[in-house]
Amino acid sequence: MPQMNMIEAIRDAMDVKMAEDDNVVVFGEDVGYFGGVFRCTHGLQEKYGANRVFDSPINESGIVGTAIGMAAYGLRPCVEIQFADYIYPAYDQIVSEAARMRYRSSAEFTSPLVVRTPCGGGIFGGQTHSQSPEALFTHISGVKTVIVSNPYDAKGMLISAIEDDDPVIFFEPKRLYNGPFDGHHDRPAKNWSAHPRGDVPEGHYTVPIGKADVVSEGSDVTILTYGTMVYVAETVKEETGIDAEIIDLRSLLPLDIDTIVASVKKTGRCMVLHEATLTSGFGAELAAQVQERCFYNLEVPVERVTGWDTPYPHAQEWDYFPGPARVGAALKEMMEAV
Amino acid sequence: MADYKPLQFHVPEPTGRPGDEPDFTDVDIPSAGSAPRPDIDVDPNDIKDLARTMIRVMDKEGNAVGPWAEDIPEDVLMHGLKSMVRTRAFDERMMTLQRQGKTSFYMKCTGEEAIAIAFQQALSKGDMHFPTYRQQGILLAQDYPVVDMINQILSNAKDPLKGRQLPILYSVRDYGFFTVSGNLGTQFVQAVGWAMASAIKGDTKIAAAWIGDGSTAESDFHAALVNASVYKPPVVLNVVNNQWAISSFQGIAGGNSATFAERAHGYGIPSLRVDGNDYLAVYAVSRWAIERARRGHGPTLIEWVTYRVAPHSTSDDPSKYRPKEESSAWPLGDPILRLKNHMIKHGLWSEERHAQAETEFDEEVRAATKEAESHGTMGSGASPKEMFECVFKEMPPHLREQRQKMGV
Ligand SMILES: Cc1ncc(C[n+]2csc(CCOP(=O)(O)OP(=O)(O)O)c2C)c(N)n1
Ligand SMILES: [Mg+2]
Repeated sequence: MPQMNMIEAIRDAMDVKMAEDDNVVVFGEDVGYFGGVFRCTHGLQEKYGANRVFDSPINESGIVGTAIGMAAYGLRPCVEIQFADYIYPAYDQIVSEAARMRYRSSAEFTSPLVVRTPCGGGIFGGQTHSQSPEALFTHISGVKTVIVSNPYDAKGMLISAIEDDDPVIFFEPKRLYNGPFDGHHDRPAKNWSAHPRGDVPEGHYTVPIGKADVVSEGSDVTILTYGTMVYVAETVKEETGIDAEIIDLRSLLPLDIDTIVASVKKTGRCMVLHEATLTSGFGAELAAQVQERCFYNLEVPVERVTGWDTPYPHAQEWDYFPGPARVGAALKEMMEAV
Repeated sequence: MADYKPLQFHVPEPTGRPGDEPDFTDVDIPSAGSAPRPDIDVDPNDIKDLARTMIRVMDKEGNAVGPWAEDIPEDVLMHGLKSMVRTRAFDERMMTLQRQGKTSFYMKCTGEEAIAIAFQQALSKGDMHFPTYRQQGILLAQDYPVVDMINQILSNAKDPLKGRQLPILYSVRDYGFFTVSGNLGTQFVQAVGWAMASAIKGDTKIAAAWIGDGSTAESDFHAALVNASVYKPPVVLNVVNNQWAISSFQGIAGGNSATFAERAHGYGIPSLRVDGNDYLAVYAVSRWAIERARRGHGPTLIEWVTYRVAPHSTSDDPSKYRPKEESSAWPLGDPILRLKNHMIKHGLWSEERHAQAETEFDEEVRAATKEAESHGTMGSGASPKEMFECVFKEMPPHLREQRQKMGV
């Protein structure tokens, strides 16, 4: 099976879909000739022509707005917002338009489009290259929200997203593009070639949207997480010896609540771990759903470990980032509480 | 119906890509001195041509010619040239710092120095710039301490912004330098609001808005123009057309369909297109637009035509998307060389003094770098405690709790 990093896997997903379906078009800032600032669309313009892969003017609202128009016509746009931090000008088009197109027209018009966007920190990008705004989208009725954590899922879920008949916001943690990152920023970076999820099948396959992945089984505590934090959780499990069951949610909306509930009922403890800020973060939704369904199984309160409620700082990046030390300490406390 | 041909989708392409010869035959360069100079209270409808031509003052021989040629005081010229040389020395040094791993990020303004510097020289104390990341010249022209700029770039213990902000996104209120946003275009309309406030309060301050060619596509650019058109506040709307927006050439921002200056016409805003590598033209046109604003005649849009010689940022590699020799083929030349030649011709400067200035500024920046490095590099020295400050004026309980939890 070919080895791919996450960039190659994402590119391959678009390549597979563009070859299969000439309604698929790809555009965004710098995605055409250059192939994107992270190279995710590299080579696609050469292969499919500028009619299907092109640069857009720097106007995020315009990118999503034109994608909505194309989707209404029958195309399947897969657009890129260069950084999730720049998605806000497009927010109105996503929230008021794409998300409600089906509902307000009783399915006369729909918005089958994908908005791909790199998210998360860990690259010293400061407040405008580091944010994790996923909760701003899960709060909206009518868009699906996905965050991938490895090349295999990235390809399979991007294909699912392009094939989905509803709009999908597709987050790509940029710190994972070249390798899994366990939060130990002072250690040498790993790449995907040594990781089983760097094995990516050729051609078409899908990973369904709405299914979580139990990446590591355990009996002491359930860690609900996604994106970069999956690897932080794995490291903490190894370092603390706490037998955690780690669930990579992958799809935040729709949410695989059955997998979550089964795990928490088994372990009796639940930690929610994400990089985004705490207050009104997606962790709040997870904590609420877990306590609604598993209250009598919980031995300790649901614990949230997240980024602090500040803008993402530049110099204090590793103080902000919920790394192994913070996660480990919180996990130990949960275990010692009862 | 039957005789309609299938429609064709149009995607603009630049005149050259890697491997091609650079081709600037599309760039029309009128001769220096050919553009008329209107009065500052001119009716915008009477000067529409100035948005299509290019105002130029310096001819090939280094003479100042035509109606825009001003008697610029010697000390202004001297300071302008020195500030440009200093800015270039600063950019070179900071690039090196980034390569050495002492800072995460840097952006140069090589080839565009004349614009920010000459414009700043035409401005008064109390006015406010809303700059982009490529107007470091505004600070350097005011002799803002270089070491403080470097402290910010290093995010160290003496960083005026406490490590919170990405390198080069300075904020220096006392020097009329509004906090730079990393989000493109947002500040263009804020500058208009600042100018509206000056008018509401009956002050005489003006605002300078800055934006790149690529970013004129953002909705905030258009919001700025409509508000400027409606309320006629004292603002100068600067568009720096350096031909590229990362890998996208100016045609992707619509530059092939009309000049950036012409966009103002739809809003009835007077608009001038200027050779941005001609220091003398930049200074004269800046003074004109600033005076127009301060005399209550309202906004002016200026398109500064220039070229981004350097990579977009330290994360960029232009050899992947534009011809290798493009920057040396740029027909408007190097703003520093052009002003230098003008001043030598007029007996104000010499090759020796120029070489000396280059050495002097290189040494100045090196010394400042050394001093700044003693306060830490790449974020070291910035306090974790500062992370929680300045989110609000008073720290709400939840942040206090989080800070305690972190143990700082
Ligand atoms: C809202 C937003 N979208 C995208 C970006 C990413 N980005 C940073 S600079 C840049 C190109 C800007 O080009 P231009 O406006 O021409 O300015 P220049 O860099 O040439 O000075 C892009 C796309 C951003 N910072 N903000
Ligand atoms: Mg530009």
